Amino acid sequence: MSILSVQKLTKSFGGLTAVSNVNLELQEGELVGLIGPNGAGKTTVFNLLTGVYEPTSGTITLSRDGNPREIQGMKPYNICKAGVSRTFQNIRLFKDLTVLDNVRIAMHQNVQYGLVSSFLHLPSYAREEAALRERCMELLKIVHLEDKKDEMASNLPYGEQRHLEIARALATNPSVLLLDEPAAGMNPAETAQLTGLIGWIRENFKLTILLIEHDMSLVMKICERIYVLDYGMIIASGTPAEIKSNKKVIEAYLGEDVSDA
Amino acid sequence: MEQFFQQLINGLSLGSIYALIALGYTMVYGIIKLINFAHCDVYMIGAYVGYACMTYFHLGLLPSLLIAMAACTLLGIAIEKIAYKPLRNATRIAVLITALGVSMFLEYGTMFFVKAEVRAYPAMTGWMTQSIQLGSGISVSMLQVVIMAVTVALMILLQFIVKRTRVGKAMRAVSLDKDAAELMGINVNSTISFTFALGSALAGAAGVLVGVYYNSINPLMGVLPGLKAFVAAVFGGIGLIPGAMVGGYAIGMIETMVDGYGNSLYKDAVVFAILILILIVKPAGLLGKNTREKV
Amino acid sequence: MKNALKKGWLKKLLALAATYGVVQLLISVGIVNDYLQATLATICINMVLAVSLNLITGFTGQFSLGHAGFMSIGAYVCGIITLGNPTLPGFLLGVLAGAVVAAVVGCLVGLPTLRLRGDYLAIATLGMSEIIRIVFLNLEVTNGAAGLNGIPQFINWTWLFIFTAGTILLIVNFLHSSHGRACISIREDEIAAEAMGINTTKYKVISFTIGAFFAGVAGAMYASYFYFLKPDLFGFLKSVDILVIVVLGGMGSISGSIIAAVLLALISTVLQSFPELRMVIYSLVLVVIMIFRPQGLMGSREISLSLFKKWSEGLRGRKQKEVA
Repeated sequence: MSILSVQKLTKSFGGLTAVSNVNLELQEGELVGLIGPNGAGKTTVFNLLTGVYEPTSGTITLSRDGNPREIQGMKPYNICKAGVSRTFQNIRLFKDLTVLDNVRIAMHQNVQYGLVSSFLHLPSYAREEAALRERCMELLKIVHLEDKKDEMASNLPYGEQRHLEIARALATNPSVLLLDEPAAGMNPAETAQLTGLIGWIRENFKLTILLIEHDMSLVMKICERIYVLDYGMIIASGTPAEIKSNKKVIEAYLGEDVSDA
Repeated sequence: MEQFFQQLINGLSLGSIYALIALGYTMVYGIIKLINFAHCDVYMIGAYVGYACMTYFHLGLLPSLLIAMAACTLLGIAIEKIAYKPLRNATRIAVLITALGVSMFLEYGTMFFVKAEVRAYPAMTGWMTQSIQLGSGISVSMLQVVIMAVTVALMILLQFIVKRTRVGKAMRAVSLDKDAAELMGINVNSTISFTFALGSALAGAAGVLVGVYYNSINPLMGVLPGLKAFVAAVFGGIGLIPGAMVGGYAIGMIETMVDGYGNSLYKDAVVFAILILILIVKPAGLLGKNTREKV
Repeated sequence: MKNALKKGWLKKLLALAATYGVVQLLISVGIVNDYLQATLATICINMVLAVSLNLITGFTGQFSLGHAGFMSIGAYVCGIITLGNPTLPGFLLGVLAGAVVAAVVGCLVGLPTLRLRGDYLAIATLGMSEIIRIVFLNLEVTNGAAGLNGIPQFINWTWLFIFTAGTILLIVNFLHSSHGRACISIREDEIAAEAMGINTTKYKVISFTIGAFFAGVAGAMYASYFYFLKPDLFGFLKSVDILVIVVLGGMGSISGSIIAAVLLALISTVLQSFPELRMVIYSLVLVVIMIFRPQGLMGSREISLSLFKKWSEGLRGRKQKEVA
C-alpha cells in the first residue's frame, strides 16, 4: 500500500498552471526522486504537499499506520503533525537562534506541559525540557552538530546549515520526508557524505523520502524510482536506468533540437 | 434627500483634503515602504506658513497657497535628507521610530515658537464668502468650490508628472524595484527626494485649505487628520496614487455621513473600524492586488 | 543540573531582594522623596509596558502600535472597581480584573488582525486603540472626557515592585519554554515555523493576549498610583512612547527594555527643568539614537550573570597578558 498517494494534483496561479494533473505514488520505505528542468514546478509540488499552497484541484492521501487520510488544503502545521516534513531549497533556518533551539522548536508539537507550567517552570516543565534536550542532542549527533549546539544557525557554514535543516525536519517525527535540493551548493565530498546520511536516516527512522535534486549522480545513485516533471506535468517515471534512456526526458533537459541532430 | 446632498457636498470638501494628504503618504510608502508619520506635520507647517502670509503680509489665497507649497517642498526634502537618508539600509522599525521622532520634533518645535494656542485664519472677503444655492436647502460655499477645484487641479498636475515626465517614470521604476532602477542608471536618491517634495507640496496646499475652511489652526492639528489620511491611503490601496484619491474621498464621505446621520461622537471610531475591516477583508486595499510571498 | 537551576534561582532572588530592600531603605530615610517616588512608579509601569510589548513586537515579531489601548482598559477597569470598593482586596481584584479584561480584548482583537503582516498589523492595532479611546471618551461609567478622579491609592513601592518583578519573571520564564520558543520562531521565519508544526496564528494570539494582560496590569498600576484617568492619556502618543522604549532598548532584549525604561525616565526627569523644550529635545535624542544605533542599545542580547563572568574573565585575561 502506498504511504503517499497524489491524484490529479493541479495548481494554477491566475492564468498560469504551475502544476497540472500530477499523479505520484510513494510506497512505504521508498526513496524517490523528483527531477526536472528549472521552473518545471518541482518546488510547487512540495509546497502543495506541505500545505503552503492550496491545490486548485486533486487529492493528496497520506496513509500512516494504514489509515488513509486526505491532507490537501490542510494547514502546513497540521500536515506536519500528520507526518510530512520538509527542508527548503533556499534554507529557511531560524537564523538568529541557536542550533539547539532550531531543533527544539520542531519538537514543540510533542510538548505536553501547558502555558501555566511555562510561566511558573513547574516540575512538568523541568522534566519535559530535560527529555526534549536529550532527544535534540541525539538528532544533532546524527548530523555531527552536537558540538555546535550553542552556535547561531546563521554562523554555520553552508553545508552544515543544510544538515541542520535535515535534523530539524527529523525532529517533527515524520513518516514522509521531502528534501528540496539538499545537495545544492555542496562540493563532491560533501555530497558523498550527504548521500550516506540520507540512506542512514531512511533505514533508522523508517522514512519514506521524496527528493528534489539537480545533482544527477546523487539522484541516480540513491533513488529507487524517479519522476520527471516538465512544464508542470509528469513526463516520465521509472527506475534510474529507465529514466536515463527515456527520449522524452532527454528532450526536456537538452531541448528538442537534440533529437534532430 | 436634501440633507443627503448637503452632506455629500461637505463630504467631498473634507475628502479633498484627506486625499491631498493621503497622496503624500502613499507616494512615500510606494517608494521606500515607510509610513512617514512626519507627513501630517508638514501639513501643519503648511497651514502656519499660509497663516503668516495672509496675516502678516496680507497676501491673497492663491499666493499664500503657492508660498506654503514651496516652503513645504523644502521642508519635505530636508526631512528626507537629514533623518531618513542615513537609515536607507536600517530595519524598517528603526526608520519608523525616526519618522515618529521627526513628527514630535516638528510638533513641539512649532509649539515652542508659536505657542500651543489655537490661531484663527483671517476671514475671507468678497466673493469667497458667498455661496451657491442648489435647489432648496442645499448650498455650496465658494470656499468648498475653491477647495474642490484646487484639489482636482493638483491631482491632474500630479497625474501628468507621474505619467508623462521623465522623473515620474523614474519614480515608478524606483517604487517597482529600487536596485534594478539603480542599475538602469536612475538616480535613486534624487528620485526619492523628488517624491518627498511632491507629497509635501500637496500636504502644504491641504494645510492652507484647511486653515481657510475651518478657520483655526494649532501645532497638533496634523495628528488626527494625518491618521485619517493614512487610513484613506490604506483604504484605497497603499502605494497607489489613484487609491489615495479614492480612499480620501471615501473616508471624507463616510465621516460626514456618520456625523450627519449617526452619532457624531463616534465618527472617528467608525473610520477606524472601517480601516480594520478593510484590512481584514482585503489588506491590499480597494484598488490593490494581493501578493504572495515566494517560498 | 537541578542544583545549578536552584542556584540560578537563588541568585536571582537575592538580587531582587537587594533591589527591593535598598529602595525601601531610601524611601524610609527620606532620600527618595515624593517626586522621586513618582518617577520610580513611572519607571516600574514603563518596564511592565515595555517588557510586555517586547514579547509581542521584539520576540514574536508582530508590530503593534496599540499597546496604550490595552493599558487604558486595565486602568479604567481597576479604577472603577477600586472606586466602588476602596479596600486593598478591592484594589487587587481591580488589577486582576483589569488585566483579564485587557487580555480578553487583546485575544478578540488579535484573532482577526494577526493574520496581517508588518505595517498592516501596526495600522490595525493603532486603529483598535483609537477605537478603545473613543469608546472611553463616550461612556458614562468612565465619565467621558473629564475622566475619573480620586481613585484611592493603594499601590506603594512594595506592590510596584511585586508587580514589576513578577511581570518580568513570568515573561522571561515563558520565553524560556517551548511555547515561548514557538513564538520566537514566528519572528524568525513564519513559513518555516508552520512547516515545523507550529500553529503560528495560535501563538501570535497567545503572545498578543499575554502582552495585553500585562499592559492591563501596568494600566492598573498607573490608575492606582496617579489616581486620575482620562482617555487622552492613552492616545497614539502613549503607544509610541512604549514602542520607543522597546526599540531603544533593543527588540528581543528584556534587559534592554529595562535599561531603556530607566534611561528614558532619567532623561525625562532632567528635562523637567525645561518644560518648553522637553519634548523637542526628547524627539531629537530619539532621531539621533536611531541614526547612530538603529538596533537599539542592546540589540537582541541579554545581560546575564554569565555575561558578567565573561567580562570579568576577559578583563582578568587581559591584565594577565599585560603582566606577562
